[in-house]
Amino acid sequence: MPELPRSTGLGFKPEHFHAIMAKPGTLGFLEIHAENYMGAGGAPHAMLAALRRDHALSLHGVGLSIGGAQGLDLAHLDRLRALIRRYQPESFSEHLAWSSHGAAWLNDLLPLPYTGETLATICAHVAQVQDHLGCRMLLENPATYLTFETSTWSETDFLAEIVRRTGCGLLLDVNNVFVSATNHRFDPRAYLAAFPLAAVGEIHLAGHSTEELPSGALLIDTHGAPVADPVWTLYAEVLERTGPLPTLIEWDTDVPDFDTLLSEAARAQALLSTAGQAHAA
Amino acid sequence: MPHDLSHAAQQGAFHAALWSSDPPPGLSAPSPEEVALRFKVYRNNVHHSLSRALAARYPVIEQLVGAEFFAALARAFIAAVPPRDPVLLLWGAEFAPFLAAFPPVAHLPFLADVARLEYARARACHAADAQPLPAAALDTPDLGALRMVLHPSLALFRAQMPAVQIWRAHQPGGQRGPLQPGPDHALIARAPDFTVIVAPIDPGTFAVLSALQGGAPLGGAADHADPAPALTLLLRHGLITAIHKGPTP
Repeated sequence: MPELPRSTGLGFKPEHFHAIMAKPGTLGFLEIHAENYMGAGGAPHAMLAALRRDHALSLHGVGLSIGGAQGLDLAHLDRLRALIRRYQPESFSEHLAWSSHGAAWLNDLLPLPYTGETLATICAHVAQVQDHLGCRMLLENPATYLTFETSTWSETDFLAEIVRRTGCGLLLDVNNVFVSATNHRFDPRAYLAAFPLAAVGEIHLAGHSTEELPSGALLIDTHGAPVADPVWTLYAEVLERTGPLPTLIEWDTDVPDFDTLLSEAARAQALLSTAGQAHAA
Repeated sequence: MPHDLSHAAQQGAFHAALWSSDPPPGLSAPSPEEVALRFKVYRNNVHHSLSRALAARYPVIEQLVGAEFFAALARAFIAAVPPRDPVLLLWGAEFAPFLAAFPPVAHLPFLADVARLEYARARACHAADAQPLPAAALDTPDLGALRMVLHPSLALFRAQMPAVQIWRAHQPGGQRGPLQPGPDHALIARAPDFTVIVAPIDPGTFAVLSALQGGAPLGGAADHADPAPALTLLLRHGLITAIHKGPTP
Protein backbone atom coordinates (compact mmCIF):
# COMPACT_ATOMS: atom_id res chain seq x y z
CA MET A 1 0.00 0.00 0.00
CA PRO A 2 1.33 3.48 -0.83
CA GLU A 3 1.26 5.89 2.11
CA LEU A 4 -1.17 8.64 3.01
CA PRO A 5 0.28 12.10 2.44
CA ARG A 6 1.64 13.75 5.58
CA SER A 7 -1.00 16.44 5.44
CA THR A 8 -4.56 17.03 6.64
CA GLY A 9 -7.61 14.97 5.75
CA LEU A 10 -11.30 15.04 6.56
CA GLY A 11 -13.83 12.34 7.26
CA PHE A 12 -16.05 12.34 4.16
CA LYS A 13 -19.70 13.27 4.64
CA PRO A 14 -22.06 12.94 1.65
CA GLU A 15 -23.48 16.43 2.25
CA HIS A 16 -20.02 17.87 1.48
CA PHE A 17 -19.57 15.98 -1.79
CA HIS A 18 -20.12 18.96 -4.09
CA ALA A 19 -17.97 21.29 -1.96
CA ILE A 20 -15.07 18.81 -2.09
CA MET A 21 -15.47 18.15 -5.82
CA ALA A 22 -15.50 21.91 -6.49
CA LYS A 23 -12.03 22.35 -4.95
CA PRO A 24 -9.85 19.34 -5.73
CA GLY A 25 -6.45 19.55 -4.06
CA THR A 26 -7.72 21.34 -0.94
CA LEU A 27 -7.52 18.22 1.22
CA GLY A 28 -4.58 15.89 1.67
CA PHE A 29 -6.84 12.85 1.92
CA LEU A 30 -10.34 11.65 2.73
CA GLU A 31 -11.31 9.01 5.26
CA ILE A 32 -14.43 6.87 5.07
CA HIS A 33 -16.03 4.36 7.38
CA ALA A 34 -15.73 1.11 5.44
CA GLU A 35 -19.13 -0.20 6.55
CA ASN A 36 -20.96 2.69 4.85
CA TYR A 37 -19.65 1.49 1.47
CA MET A 38 -20.69 -2.13 1.66
CA GLY A 39 -23.99 -1.76 -0.18
CA ALA A 40 -24.25 -3.18 -3.70
CA GLY A 41 -24.46 0.17 -5.49
CA GLY A 42 -26.02 3.60 -5.46
CA ALA A 43 -24.82 7.04 -4.40
CA PRO A 44 -22.14 5.99 -1.85
CA HIS A 45 -20.13 4.12 -4.48
CA ALA A 46 -20.70 6.75 -7.16
CA MET A 47 -19.46 9.52 -4.87
CA LEU A 48 -16.50 7.51 -3.64
CA ALA A 49 -15.42 6.59 -7.17
CA ALA A 50 -15.58 10.26 -8.18
CA LEU A 51 -13.67 11.46 -5.09
CA ARG A 52 -11.05 8.73 -5.42
CA ARG A 53 -9.82 10.18 -8.71
CA ASP A 54 -8.42 13.27 -6.97
CA HIS A 55 -7.90 12.19 -3.36
CA ALA A 56 -5.81 9.82 -1.32
CA LEU A 57 -8.09 7.54 0.70
CA SER A 58 -8.01 6.18 4.21
CA LEU A 59 -10.34 3.25 4.85
CA HIS A 60 -11.36 3.24 8.49
CA GLY A 61 -13.23 0.20 9.74
CA VAL A 62 -15.61 0.19 12.68
CA GLY A 63 -16.96 -3.33 12.24
CA LEU A 64 -14.25 -5.94 12.82
CA SER A 65 -14.50 -6.17 16.62
CA ILE A 66 -10.77 -6.95 16.79
CA GLY A 67 -10.82 -6.76 20.58
CA GLY A 68 -13.58 -9.37 20.83
CA ALA A 69 -13.07 -12.74 22.47
CA GLN A 70 -14.83 -14.45 19.57
CA GLY A 71 -13.31 -15.12 16.16
CA LEU A 72 -13.40 -12.48 13.44
CA ASP A 73 -16.36 -12.34 11.05
CA LEU A 74 -14.90 -13.88 7.88
CA ALA A 75 -17.69 -12.59 5.65
CA HIS A 76 -16.90 -9.10 6.89
CA LEU A 77 -13.20 -9.58 6.19
CA ASP A 78 -14.13 -10.63 2.65
CA ARG A 79 -16.18 -7.47 2.20
CA LEU A 80 -13.25 -5.37 3.42
CA ARG A 81 -10.94 -7.11 0.99
CA ALA A 82 -13.35 -6.43 -1.87
CA LEU A 83 -13.54 -2.75 -0.90
CA ILE A 84 -9.73 -2.51 -0.75
CA ARG A 85 -9.39 -4.13 -4.16
CA ARG A 86 -11.99 -1.81 -5.64
CA TYR A 87 -10.76 1.51 -4.23
CA GLN A 88 -7.06 0.80 -3.47
CA PRO A 89 -6.89 2.95 -0.33
CA GLU A 90 -3.55 4.27 0.97
CA SER A 91 -4.38 3.06 4.48
CA PHE A 92 -6.63 0.69 6.39
CA SER A 93 -7.24 1.16 10.10
CA GLU A 94 -9.40 -0.35 12.84
CA HIS A 95 -9.90 -0.07 16.59
CA LEU A 96 -8.60 -1.61 19.79
CA ALA A 97 -12.17 -2.37 20.89
CA TRP A 98 -14.99 -4.88 20.53
CA SER A 99 -18.45 -4.35 19.04
CA SER A 100 -20.08 -7.76 18.57
CA HIS A 101 -21.22 -10.34 21.04
CA GLY A 102 -22.51 -13.66 19.80
CA ALA A 103 -24.51 -12.74 16.72
CA ALA A 104 -25.46 -9.27 18.00
CA TRP A 105 -23.84 -6.13 16.59
CA LEU A 106 -23.66 -3.33 19.19
CA ASN A 107 -22.56 -0.38 17.01
CA ASP A 108 -20.19 1.02 19.64
CA LEU A 109 -16.49 0.67 20.46
CA LEU A 110 -16.43 -1.18 23.77
CA PRO A 111 -13.41 -1.54 26.10
CA LEU A 112 -11.38 -4.61 27.01
CA PRO A 113 -8.94 -5.64 29.72
CA TYR A 114 -5.24 -5.61 28.86
CA THR A 115 -4.05 -9.09 29.86
CA GLY A 116 -1.87 -11.83 28.47
CA GLU A 117 -5.01 -13.53 27.20
CA THR A 118 -6.42 -10.49 25.38
CA LEU A 119 -2.99 -9.67 23.98
CA ALA A 120 -2.75 -13.11 22.40
CA THR A 121 -6.30 -12.86 21.01
CA ILE A 122 -5.79 -9.42 19.51
CA CYS A 123 -2.41 -10.27 18.01
CA ALA A 124 -3.99 -13.31 16.35
CA HIS A 125 -6.82 -11.12 15.03
CA VAL A 126 -4.51 -8.40 13.73
CA ALA A 127 -2.32 -10.99 12.02
CA GLN A 128 -5.42 -12.59 10.47
CA VAL A 129 -6.66 -9.20 9.21
CA GLN A 130 -3.29 -8.31 7.67
CA ASP A 131 -3.02 -11.74 6.10
CA HIS A 132 -6.57 -11.66 4.71
CA LEU A 133 -6.40 -8.10 3.41
CA GLY A 134 -2.84 -8.37 2.16
CA CYS A 135 -1.72 -5.12 3.78
CA ARG A 136 -0.42 -3.67 7.02
CA MET A 137 -3.16 -2.22 9.19
CA LEU A 138 -3.17 0.59 11.73
CA LEU A 139 -4.74 -0.03 15.15
CA GLU A 140 -6.31 2.93 16.96
CA ASN A 141 -5.99 3.64 20.70
CA PRO A 142 -9.44 3.89 22.33
CA ALA A 143 -11.20 6.54 24.42
CA THR A 144 -12.46 4.78 27.55
CA TYR A 145 -14.67 5.56 30.54
CA LEU A 146 -13.77 2.54 32.71
CA THR A 147 -10.84 0.23 33.28
CA PHE A 148 -10.70 -3.46 34.22
CA GLU A 149 -9.49 -4.92 37.50
CA THR A 150 -7.90 -7.78 35.55
CA SER A 151 -5.66 -5.56 33.39
CA THR A 152 -1.98 -6.32 33.90
CA TRP A 153 -0.61 -4.22 31.01
CA SER A 154 -0.61 -0.48 30.53
CA GLU A 155 -2.38 0.55 27.33
CA THR A 156 0.84 1.92 25.79
CA ASP A 157 2.84 -1.25 26.56
CA PHE A 158 -0.06 -3.33 25.25
CA LEU A 159 -0.12 -1.42 21.95
CA ALA A 160 3.68 -1.55 21.66
CA GLU A 161 3.62 -5.31 22.14
CA ILE A 162 0.91 -5.74 19.47
CA VAL A 163 3.10 -3.74 17.09
CA ARG A 164 6.14 -5.84 17.97
CA ARG A 165 4.33 -9.15 17.51
CA THR A 166 2.28 -8.37 14.39
CA GLY A 167 4.15 -5.62 12.57
CA CYS A 168 1.00 -3.51 12.42
CA GLY A 169 1.08 0.26 12.67
CA LEU A 170 -0.87 2.53 15.00
CA LEU A 171 -3.42 5.23 14.56
CA LEU A 172 -2.84 7.74 17.35
CA ASP A 173 -6.08 9.47 18.31
CA VAL A 174 -4.85 12.43 20.38
CA ASN A 175 -8.36 13.30 21.52
CA ASN A 176 -8.79 9.74 22.78
CA VAL A 177 -5.57 10.12 24.77
CA PHE A 178 -6.85 13.33 26.35
CA VAL A 179 -10.31 11.86 27.02
CA SER A 180 -8.90 8.71 28.65
CA ALA A 181 -6.28 10.66 30.63
CA THR A 182 -8.91 13.01 32.01
CA ASN A 183 -11.33 10.17 32.75
CA HIS A 184 -8.76 7.96 34.47
CA ARG A 185 -6.88 10.89 36.06
CA PHE A 186 -3.49 10.22 34.49
CA ASP A 187 -1.08 12.57 32.72
CA PRO A 188 -1.57 12.51 28.93
CA ARG A 189 2.06 13.57 28.46
CA ALA A 190 3.28 10.53 30.37
CA TYR A 191 1.04 8.37 28.16
CA LEU A 192 2.42 9.98 24.99
CA ALA A 193 5.98 9.66 26.29
CA ALA A 194 5.38 5.90 26.56
CA PHE A 195 3.48 5.61 23.27
CA PRO A 196 5.36 3.81 20.46
CA LEU A 197 5.32 6.86 18.18
CA ALA A 198 7.59 5.28 15.58
CA ALA A 199 4.70 3.00 14.61
CA VAL A 200 2.18 5.80 14.09
CA GLY A 201 0.90 6.03 10.51
CA GLU A 202 -1.94 8.46 11.09
CA ILE A 203 -3.28 10.86 13.71
CA HIS A 204 -6.92 11.52 14.54
CA LEU A 205 -8.16 14.77 16.07
CA ALA A 206 -11.76 15.16 17.24
CA GLY A 207 -13.96 16.98 19.71
CA HIS A 208 -15.47 15.70 22.92
CA SER A 209 -18.15 16.71 25.40
CA THR A 210 -17.91 17.00 29.18
CA GLU A 211 -20.07 15.58 31.95
CA GLU A 212 -19.48 16.39 35.60
CA LEU A 213 -19.19 13.46 38.00
CA PRO A 214 -18.86 13.98 41.77
CA SER A 215 -15.12 13.23 41.47
CA GLY A 216 -14.57 15.56 38.50
CA ALA A 217 -14.94 15.68 34.73
CA LEU A 218 -15.91 12.72 32.57
CA LEU A 219 -15.14 13.42 28.92
CA ILE A 220 -17.21 11.71 26.22
CA ASP A 221 -15.67 11.04 22.82
CA THR A 222 -18.51 12.44 20.70
CA HIS A 223 -16.80 13.47 17.43
CA GLY A 224 -19.35 16.26 17.55
CA ALA A 225 -17.42 19.43 18.43
CA PRO A 226 -14.29 21.41 17.49
CA VAL A 227 -10.97 19.96 18.63
CA ALA A 228 -10.32 21.21 22.19
CA ASP A 229 -7.35 23.49 22.92
CA PRO A 230 -5.48 21.00 25.17
CA VAL A 231 -5.74 18.43 22.36
CA TRP A 232 -4.22 20.89 19.88
CA THR A 233 -1.35 21.46 22.32
CA LEU A 234 -0.73 17.72 22.75
CA TYR A 235 -0.89 17.28 18.98
CA ALA A 236 1.76 19.96 18.44
CA GLU A 237 3.97 18.27 21.05
CA VAL A 238 3.60 14.91 19.30
CA LEU A 239 4.55 16.47 15.96
CA GLU A 240 7.68 17.97 17.52
CA ARG A 241 8.82 14.40 18.14
CA THR A 242 7.51 12.69 15.00
CA GLY A 243 7.57 15.34 12.30
CA PRO A 244 4.51 15.68 10.04
CA LEU A 245 2.06 12.76 9.99
CA PRO A 246 -1.20 12.25 8.05
CA THR A 247 -3.79 13.94 10.28
CA LEU A 248 -7.54 13.56 10.19
CA ILE A 249 -10.18 15.93 11.53
CA GLU A 250 -12.94 13.56 12.68
CA TRP A 251 -16.40 15.10 13.04
CA ASP A 252 -19.21 12.54 12.76
CA THR A 253 -22.18 13.88 14.76
CA ASP A 254 -23.80 17.33 14.48
CA VAL A 255 -21.67 17.74 11.36
CA PRO A 256 -21.01 21.45 10.73
CA ASP A 257 -20.80 23.24 7.37
CA PHE A 258 -17.83 22.50 5.19
CA ASP A 259 -16.07 25.81 5.92
CA THR A 260 -15.97 25.00 9.64
CA LEU A 261 -14.29 21.68 8.84
CA LEU A 262 -11.86 23.42 6.51
CA SER A 263 -10.84 25.86 9.24
CA GLU A 264 -10.18 22.95 11.63
CA ALA A 265 -8.15 21.30 8.87
CA ALA A 266 -6.23 24.54 8.26
CA ARG A 267 -5.31 24.73 11.94
CA ALA A 268 -3.89 21.20 11.76
CA GLN A 269 -2.12 22.01 8.49
CA ALA A 270 -0.40 25.02 10.08
CA LEU A 271 0.97 22.81 12.86
CA LEU A 272 2.07 20.22 10.29
CA SER A 273 3.95 22.91 8.34
CA THR A 274 5.68 24.13 11.50
CA ALA A 275 6.68 20.58 12.35
CA GLY A 276 7.92 20.04 8.79
CA GLN A 277 10.15 23.13 8.96
CA ALA A 278 11.51 22.16 12.37
CA HIS A 279 12.33 18.65 11.16
CA ALA A 280 13.92 19.90 7.96
CA ALA A 281 16.14 22.30 9.95
CA MET B 1 -18.88 -13.87 44.73
CA PRO B 2 -15.81 -14.61 42.56
CA HIS B 3 -16.51 -14.29 38.85
CA ASP B 4 -15.04 -15.97 35.79
CA LEU B 5 -12.13 -13.78 34.71
CA SER B 6 -11.75 -15.04 31.14
CA HIS B 7 -12.04 -12.47 28.36
CA ALA B 8 -15.11 -14.22 26.95
CA ALA B 9 -16.84 -14.32 30.33
CA GLN B 10 -16.05 -10.66 31.03
CA GLN B 11 -17.38 -9.69 27.64
CA GLY B 12 -20.51 -11.74 28.16
CA ALA B 13 -21.13 -10.00 31.48
CA PHE B 14 -20.45 -6.58 29.91
CA HIS B 15 -22.88 -7.35 27.09
CA ALA B 16 -25.59 -8.58 29.45
CA ALA B 17 -25.22 -5.42 31.56
CA LEU B 18 -25.88 -3.24 28.51
CA TRP B 19 -29.45 -4.54 28.67
CA SER B 20 -29.92 -4.42 32.45
CA SER B 21 -29.58 -1.79 35.18
CA ASP B 22 -26.34 -2.74 36.96
CA PRO B 23 -22.78 -2.62 35.66
CA PRO B 24 -20.90 -5.91 35.31
CA PRO B 25 -18.35 -7.00 37.94
CA GLY B 26 -14.64 -6.43 37.46
CA LEU B 27 -14.69 -2.77 36.36
CA SER B 28 -12.76 -0.03 38.07
CA ALA B 29 -12.60 3.78 38.13
CA PRO B 30 -10.63 6.33 40.14
CA SER B 31 -13.71 6.74 42.35
CA PRO B 32 -15.12 3.21 42.54
CA GLU B 33 -18.62 4.45 43.46
CA GLU B 34 -18.80 6.05 39.99
CA VAL B 35 -18.48 2.79 38.04
CA ALA B 36 -22.24 2.65 37.43
CA LEU B 37 -22.34 6.26 36.14
CA ARG B 38 -19.44 5.57 33.81
CA PHE B 39 -20.89 2.29 32.57
CA LYS B 40 -24.03 4.20 31.69
CA VAL B 41 -22.08 6.02 28.97
CA TYR B 42 -21.54 2.73 27.15
CA ARG B 43 -25.14 1.66 27.67
CA ASN B 44 -26.41 5.00 26.35
CA ASN B 45 -24.03 4.94 23.37
CA VAL B 46 -25.20 1.49 22.29
CA HIS B 47 -28.90 2.27 22.68
CA HIS B 48 -28.69 5.77 21.25
CA SER B 49 -26.59 4.87 18.20
CA LEU B 50 -28.81 1.94 17.24
CA SER B 51 -31.95 3.97 17.89
CA ARG B 52 -30.68 6.77 15.62
CA ALA B 53 -29.73 4.24 12.94
CA LEU B 54 -33.29 2.93 13.04
CA ALA B 55 -34.72 6.46 12.96
CA ALA B 56 -32.59 7.25 9.91
CA ARG B 57 -34.19 4.28 8.14
CA TYR B 58 -37.73 5.06 9.37
CA PRO B 59 -38.07 8.86 9.52
CA VAL B 60 -41.81 8.87 8.77
CA ILE B 61 -42.53 6.30 11.49
CA GLU B 62 -40.65 8.60 13.87
CA GLN B 63 -42.79 11.56 12.73
CA LEU B 64 -45.97 9.54 13.11
CA VAL B 65 -45.35 8.35 16.68
CA GLY B 66 -43.15 11.23 17.90
CA ALA B 67 -39.44 11.15 18.82
CA GLU B 68 -39.95 10.14 22.44
CA PHE B 69 -42.23 7.20 21.69
CA PHE B 70 -39.99 6.20 18.77
CA ALA B 71 -37.01 5.93 21.15
CA ALA B 72 -39.01 3.55 23.37
CA LEU B 73 -40.16 1.61 20.32
CA ALA B 74 -36.57 1.39 19.08
CA ARG B 75 -35.41 0.11 22.45
CA ALA B 76 -37.97 -2.69 22.39
CA PHE B 77 -37.15 -3.54 18.78
CA ILE B 78 -33.37 -3.53 19.32
CA ALA B 79 -33.74 -5.82 22.34
CA ALA B 80 -35.96 -8.17 20.32
CA VAL B 81 -34.11 -8.07 17.00
CA PRO B 82 -30.58 -6.67 17.44
CA PRO B 83 -28.57 -6.10 14.27
CA ARG B 84 -26.64 -9.19 13.21
CA ASP B 85 -24.15 -7.44 10.97
CA PRO B 86 -21.79 -4.46 11.28
CA VAL B 87 -23.18 -3.16 7.99
CA LEU B 88 -26.33 -1.31 9.03
CA LEU B 89 -27.29 -0.15 5.52
CA LEU B 90 -30.07 -2.75 5.32
CA TRP B 91 -30.70 -3.36 9.01
CA GLY B 92 -34.31 -3.25 10.18
CA ALA B 93 -36.19 -5.46 7.72
CA GLU B 94 -38.05 -6.96 10.69
CA PHE B 95 -39.33 -3.59 11.91
CA ALA B 96 -42.59 -3.77 9.93
CA PRO B 97 -43.63 -7.21 11.25
CA PHE B 98 -42.50 -6.09 14.72
CA LEU B 99 -44.82 -3.07 14.52
CA ALA B 100 -47.68 -5.22 13.23
CA ALA B 101 -47.41 -7.45 16.30
CA PHE B 102 -46.51 -4.84 18.96
CA PRO B 103 -49.58 -4.23 21.21
CA PRO B 104 -48.71 -0.61 22.20
CA VAL B 105 -49.18 0.48 18.54
CA ALA B 106 -52.19 -1.73 17.77
CA HIS B 107 -54.29 1.46 17.44
CA LEU B 108 -52.08 2.58 14.51
CA PRO B 109 -52.70 -0.26 12.04
CA PHE B 110 -51.07 1.64 9.12
CA LEU B 111 -47.61 1.81 10.76
CA ALA B 112 -46.41 -1.56 9.51
CA ASP B 113 -47.27 -0.71 5.88
CA VAL B 114 -45.52 2.68 6.12
CA ALA B 115 -42.48 0.90 7.60
CA ARG B 116 -42.47 -1.55 4.68
CA LEU B 117 -42.44 1.41 2.30
CA GLU B 118 -39.54 3.06 4.11
CA TYR B 119 -37.59 -0.19 4.09
CA ALA B 120 -38.23 -0.62 0.36
CA ARG B 121 -36.72 2.84 -0.14
CA ALA B 122 -33.55 1.79 1.74
CA ARG B 123 -33.25 -1.30 -0.44
CA ALA B 124 -33.63 0.81 -3.58
CA CYS B 125 -31.02 3.25 -2.28
CA HIS B 126 -28.32 0.56 -1.98
CA ALA B 127 -29.36 -1.82 -4.78
CA ALA B 128 -26.86 -2.73 -7.50
CA ASP B 129 -26.10 -0.26 -10.28
CA ALA B 130 -27.23 -0.71 -13.90
CA GLN B 131 -27.07 1.58 -16.91
CA PRO B 132 -30.45 2.71 -18.28
CA LEU B 133 -31.20 2.19 -21.95
CA PRO B 134 -31.90 5.32 -23.97
CA ALA B 135 -35.58 5.78 -24.86
CA ALA B 136 -34.69 5.37 -28.56
CA ALA B 137 -33.92 1.70 -27.89
CA LEU B 138 -37.67 1.11 -27.65
CA ASP B 139 -38.16 2.55 -31.12
CA THR B 140 -38.66 -0.84 -32.71
CA PRO B 141 -41.31 -2.61 -34.76
CA ASP B 142 -43.21 -5.35 -33.01
CA LEU B 143 -43.16 -3.60 -29.63
CA GLY B 144 -45.55 -6.23 -28.29
CA ALA B 145 -42.87 -8.95 -28.36
CA LEU B 146 -40.41 -6.84 -26.37
CA ARG B 147 -39.30 -8.08 -22.96
CA MET B 148 -37.46 -5.83 -20.56
CA VAL B 149 -34.89 -6.10 -17.80
CA LEU B 150 -35.84 -3.52 -15.19
CA HIS B 151 -33.42 -1.73 -12.88
CA PRO B 152 -32.27 -3.79 -9.84
CA SER B 153 -33.56 -1.08 -7.50
CA LEU B 154 -37.14 -1.31 -8.81
CA ALA B 155 -39.70 -2.58 -6.33
CA LEU B 156 -43.48 -2.69 -6.69
CA PHE B 157 -45.17 -1.77 -3.47
CA ARG B 158 -48.74 -2.61 -2.46
CA ALA B 159 -50.35 -1.99 0.93
CA GLN B 160 -53.85 -2.58 2.24
CA MET B 161 -53.58 0.65 4.24
CA PRO B 162 -53.14 4.06 2.51
CA ALA B 163 -49.41 3.90 3.29
CA VAL B 164 -48.25 5.69 0.13
CA GLN B 165 -50.57 8.64 0.82
CA ILE B 166 -49.46 8.80 4.46
CA TRP B 167 -45.80 8.63 3.50
CA ARG B 168 -46.18 11.39 0.89
CA ALA B 169 -48.06 13.61 3.32
CA HIS B 170 -45.07 13.42 5.68
CA GLN B 171 -42.47 14.52 3.14
CA PRO B 172 -41.19 18.12 3.20
CA GLY B 173 -43.95 20.22 1.61
CA GLY B 174 -46.31 17.23 1.57
CA GLN B 175 -50.03 17.96 1.40
CA ARG B 176 -52.09 16.59 4.28
CA GLY B 177 -55.50 16.26 2.69
CA PRO B 178 -58.17 13.64 3.39
CA LEU B 179 -56.93 10.09 2.77
CA GLN B 180 -58.54 7.81 0.22
CA PRO B 181 -59.08 4.28 1.51
CA GLY B 182 -56.40 1.75 0.48
CA PRO B 183 -55.08 -0.34 -1.03
CA ASP B 184 -52.22 1.92 -2.17
CA HIS B 185 -49.76 1.03 -4.92
CA ALA B 186 -46.40 2.58 -5.78
CA LEU B 187 -43.33 2.08 -7.87
CA ILE B 188 -40.19 2.52 -5.73
CA ALA B 189 -36.84 2.80 -7.47
CA ARG B 190 -33.59 4.72 -7.68
CA ALA B 191 -33.36 7.20 -10.54
CA PRO B 192 -30.05 7.84 -12.38
CA ASP B 193 -29.46 10.93 -10.21
CA PHE B 194 -29.68 8.59 -7.14
CA THR B 195 -32.97 10.05 -5.95
CA VAL B 196 -35.20 7.29 -4.61
CA ILE B 197 -38.62 7.82 -6.13
CA VAL B 198 -41.95 6.73 -4.68
CA ALA B 199 -44.40 7.08 -7.57
CA PRO B 200 -48.06 6.32 -6.74
CA ILE B 201 -49.60 4.10 -9.42
CA ASP B 202 -53.05 2.70 -10.07
CA PRO B 203 -53.77 -1.04 -9.71
CA GLY B 204 -53.72 -1.55 -13.49
CA THR B 205 -50.26 -0.01 -13.86
CA PHE B 206 -49.11 -2.09 -10.89
CA ALA B 207 -50.29 -5.21 -12.77
CA VAL B 208 -48.55 -4.14 -15.99
CA LEU B 209 -45.27 -3.46 -14.16
CA SER B 210 -45.51 -6.75 -12.25
CA ALA B 211 -45.90 -8.62 -15.52
CA LEU B 212 -42.95 -6.79 -17.10
CA GLN B 213 -40.77 -7.36 -14.06
CA GLY B 214 -41.73 -11.04 -14.22
CA GLY B 215 -40.42 -11.23 -17.80
CA ALA B 216 -43.69 -11.00 -19.74
CA PRO B 217 -43.54 -9.36 -23.19
CA LEU B 218 -45.05 -5.90 -23.43
CA GLY B 219 -47.96 -7.28 -25.44
CA GLY B 220 -48.79 -9.73 -22.66
CA ALA B 221 -48.38 -7.11 -19.92
CA ALA B 222 -50.79 -4.88 -21.82
CA ASP B 223 -53.54 -7.47 -21.24
CA HIS B 224 -53.80 -6.12 -17.66
CA ALA B 225 -54.24 -2.41 -18.50
CA ASP B 226 -53.05 0.37 -20.76
CA PRO B 227 -49.22 0.07 -20.59
CA ALA B 228 -48.60 3.74 -21.43
CA PRO B 229 -48.38 5.04 -17.81
CA ALA B 230 -46.02 2.20 -16.88
CA LEU B 231 -43.75 2.84 -19.89
CA THR B 232 -43.74 6.56 -19.20
CA LEU B 233 -42.59 6.00 -15.62
CA LEU B 234 -39.91 3.49 -16.63
CA LEU B 235 -38.50 5.75 -19.32
CA ARG B 236 -38.69 8.96 -17.31
CA HIS B 237 -36.67 7.44 -14.46
CA GLY B 238 -34.23 5.38 -16.52
CA LEU B 239 -35.49 2.04 -15.20
CA ILE B 240 -35.18 -0.13 -18.33
CA THR B 241 -31.66 -1.56 -18.46
CA ALA B 242 -31.96 -4.13 -21.26
CA ILE B 243 -34.46 -5.39 -23.82
CA HIS B 244 -34.76 -8.56 -25.79
CA LYS B 245 -37.26 -10.34 -28.00
CA GLY B 246 -38.39 -13.88 -28.06
CA PRO B 247 -39.06 -16.19 -25.14
CA THR B 248 -37.55 -15.55 -21.72
CA PRO B 249 -34.03 -17.03 -21.71
